[in-house]
Amino acid sequence: MLEIIVEYVIVLLLVVGGGFLLVGSWGLARLPSLMTRLHGPTKATTLGVGACLIASMIFFPAMEGTYSAHELLIALFLFLTAPITANMIAKSHLHRQGRNIDPNPADDIREGLPQPSGGKGWATFDDSATLDQKVVSPVDQP
Amino acid sequence: MSELPVQRPSLIQRILPHPALSAMLVVVWMLLLNDLSWGGLLLAVIFAVIIPLITSRFWPGNPRMRFGPPLWGYVTIVLWDIVIANFQVAWIILFRRNRDLRSSWLVIPTDLRSPEAITALAATISLTPGTVSTDISADGRALLVHILDTDNPDAEIARIKSRYEARLLRIFP
Repeated sequence: MLEIIVEYVIVLLLVVGGGFLLVGSWGLARLPSLMTRLHGPTKATTLGVGACLIASMIFFPAMEGTYSAHELLIALFLFLTAPITANMIAKSHLHRQGRNIDPNPADDIREGLPQPSGGKGWATFDDSATLDQKVVSPVDQP
Repeated sequence: MSELPVQRPSLIQRILPHPALSAMLVVVWMLLLNDLSWGGLLLAVIFAVIIPLITSRFWPGNPRMRFGPPLWGYVTIVLWDIVIANFQVAWIILFRRNRDLRSSWLVIPTDLRSPEAITALAATISLTPGTVSTDISADGRALLVHILDTDNPDAEIARIKSRYEARLLRIFP
């Protein structure tokens, strides 16, 4: 009886996870511009992969009697890398648009990009980009 | 814990310049091995000492971080928001027509100063409802964020500042 319940839970998680992965990929295909397309893979897929990982974490102890911690690591690395990938794609997109290499009006980058208060521009365009010196403490030299 | 710039680092600080990074390396290595053995632990400790020493030039600052309840509360809130974000974005992808999308850019001024704290905020923004962090201002005082669908950009900025930034300010004092 318990085994059947566990099996249903695993199946449900797999179906939900697969559904979210499908929706994320569909978003990648149908959203209108690069910046909006970025929203699909950074979010709709994290829950998809997460549900599959939880299913795996239930399946192996319950059915096979083995334990594995690798699912936790997959989730950790996914959460570490997904925002960085999205940021890299977005920044190179900004750069290409701002320098007029590949104009694409869908994202309003050349007309509509708001500027930060404080005189300096965005780091992608402002060559004087330097970190606030105060936050960098002296390197611990021997 | 207040250290003057001229003060020479103590022996333990020279061997373990980043204790939190070392602890993290031990945990990740043991999880990778998927097996609790003394040999694995020994190797993990060796890596945890060597890797921070080799890479210490990439980590010039030593950010003060609190590993207490505020951090756990923050992680819980972010995980919950990721689940909500998935449903919201999936709904928009499935049922919203492209011409009804009200995507726009947000400028989020930030009071966080350390690079690690700003990175944490940017990563959180990318993982949570309908927003992707795109760029940082050259002086490091504002984030450029793209939002998929909003009818009130100012409310979104206020929400991010109160929900995430205020908590991060407590974790990175």
